[in-house]
Amino acid sequence: MRLAEAWRVAWDALRANRLRSVLTMLGVIIGVASVVILVAIGTGTKQQVEQQVEGLGSNLLLVVPGRIEVGNAPVVSPLDLSDADAVSRVVGDPGRVAVTVASGATARAGNRSDFTTVQGVLETTPSVFTRSLSRGRYLTGADVDTSRRVAVLGDSVARALFPDRDPLGQQVTLAGVRFRVIGVFAPLGQSLGVDRDDEVHVPVTAAQRLWGTQRIDGIAVKAPDRERIDELGERIVAELSRRHPDTEFSAVTQRQILGVLGDILGVLTGVLAAIAGISLLVGGVGVSNIMLVSVRERTREIGLRKAVGARPRDIGVQFLLEAVLLTSVGGLTGMALGVGTALLVDALSPIPAAITWWSLALAFGVSAAVGIVFGVVPAQRAGRLDPVVALRAE
Amino acid sequence: MTVPAVEAVDVWRTYELDGVSVSALRGVSLTIDQGEYVAVIGPSGSGKSTLMHLLGGLDRPSGGRLVIGGRDVTTLTAPELATLRNETIGFVFQAFHLLARTSAVDNVALPLVYRGVGARQRRERAAAMLGRVGLGHRLHHRPNQLSGGEQQRVAIARALVTVPAVLLADEPTGNLDSATGEAVLELLEQLNAESGVALVMVTHDQEVAARARRRIAVRDGLIRSDSAHDRPPSDGSGVPATLDPAPSAEPRSVSGSGPGHPPGGSGGAAGATGRLPRPGERPRAEQRLPRSGGDAG
Repeated sequence: MRLAEAWRVAWDALRANRLRSVLTMLGVIIGVASVVILVAIGTGTKQQVEQQVEGLGSNLLLVVPGRIEVGNAPVVSPLDLSDADAVSRVVGDPGRVAVTVASGATARAGNRSDFTTVQGVLETTPSVFTRSLSRGRYLTGADVDTSRRVAVLGDSVARALFPDRDPLGQQVTLAGVRFRVIGVFAPLGQSLGVDRDDEVHVPVTAAQRLWGTQRIDGIAVKAPDRERIDELGERIVAELSRRHPDTEFSAVTQRQILGVLGDILGVLTGVLAAIAGISLLVGGVGVSNIMLVSVRERTREIGLRKAVGARPRDIGVQFLLEAVLLTSVGGLTGMALGVGTALLVDALSPIPAAITWWSLALAFGVSAAVGIVFGVVPAQRAGRLDPVVALRAE
Repeated sequence: MTVPAVEAVDVWRTYELDGVSVSALRGVSLTIDQGEYVAVIGPSGSGKSTLMHLLGGLDRPSGGRLVIGGRDVTTLTAPELATLRNETIGFVFQAFHLLARTSAVDNVALPLVYRGVGARQRRERAAAMLGRVGLGHRLHHRPNQLSGGEQQRVAIARALVTVPAVLLADEPTGNLDSATGEAVLELLEQLNAESGVALVMVTHDQEVAARARRRIAVRDGLIRSDSAHDRPPSDGSGVPATLDPAPSAEPRSVSGSGPGHPPGGSGGAAGATGRLPRPGERPRAEQRLPRSGGDAG
């Protein structure tokens, strides 16, 4: 029998049992759609995080106490502002060095309040990180030097505290101390579900006084050139280690951060896809089951076809194609459903989703392969039926 | 003498049932020549169905020699046996065995699918064959839109569309009322007479059997009588015909089926003429079976 003929027979057989075919396909459809959607969300999240990390600024070097490794407990920082000065001398340009000391605090304005992160920073922050203001001005060197109680609000904080007023010039109370709002950041959006606009910047000196501390959490450096960034990091770590012999320091670049985040998200995406793949497998078992029923139901037809000259292979191919057709049509439908859902999720929810060609090719390939794998046993059974027995079947 | 359509020599068929050997056939020898009209009769359990399955190449003997269309069945693989059935045998079953969701013309064309004939030519030949059995106006009806008699005519057309050497009919009138059954029998006899296809009919109906020119009675896995060797026909108490597998001297070929017809002619033309092509005119150039006409003529 010609292959085109076999396809037609398989197609007719599926159409004859339309409801059953659709229900059988549903398992494959759901499996493939799940794989496509979850891989799209994983990929979209990874792309978004990469963009955001790169959007932090170029040639960034983050220096923190302790090792940067997944699962390491944070280390109490021994750093203070004199260490920032030392780092500035290593770098050779104080304008390229930023510091932070951060803590959660409640911000109040009038009868409104918002729990947020207060960051004590230097006036260099907007040039080290890429940050821009939507209104007002940022902190100045004079603000830092005189521990002036002025604050720049993140977009979310500004909206929460001043929904119907211009926040510029207004008072906010941070941990019980009043600050004057001098600027508002342009919005950044979310990252891995965290609102990046939920923060307030105040002079590092004012923050230290607020919390009664001299320490700073970490130092960020904008390296002058990309090629020597690792070397610069080593020199900074060496200088800090000399000043604090008891503490280990790490200098990480954006590339390293991306590598770690990419690994985490890659594993996450893989696990999600594997879970979705299990449902595809279950769909395949359903196909196998229905094909066995089909072989049994059509035993007489098989007997007749054999009587008029169908070879075992003709019958086997016919049933195998039927299984492959079930899973391929299911796979294509699942792909369409998955792509559509992923695009909707991307457009209508904060969750990013990005379709990749390899995930579509993989999903379709796997669904067709599922048809072959789970169709072989029923097809062989059909092909090997004894025509005499098959013709007598009820 | 032409090459026999089917030749069985001391054929046994033994089944293993729960470790016990049961012999459905216990040494059957018979020869069916081109164009013969044979009735195989016997009670149920006599082995006549087993015999028919063997004659049709659906099954293989456990012992003995069975040659169908010049080929020894015991040496053939399953695919080769399928091809042999396709080329040499036409089946008509009591239960019709039509594909339910398939039109009459596509049912008739089914054997040609497995011969690799293209769709258009298949339909042309199937339509011509349906015209031949009087169903030219029912080409696109499905089996459930046809009467029992019409369904059996479709089955007969399907059996003959490949221009087989042997038409095996297993109780072809068993599911039909007597008037319809009579018409189907007349059609089978007419096709046998006109085309030269050997007609082997399995039946337990003595009246039906009496119409055949040769009657073979089977009982307990043995041929009890064969009118070709045991004339006048006995009622089954005669010497087993298995002792004499040689064909009878009586000319059994009906007129028109004899040798000497020029081979060749295209497949489409054979069916389109409205006349059943004779074995010697088989359209396939690669025809391997040294059956009638061309070889022996």
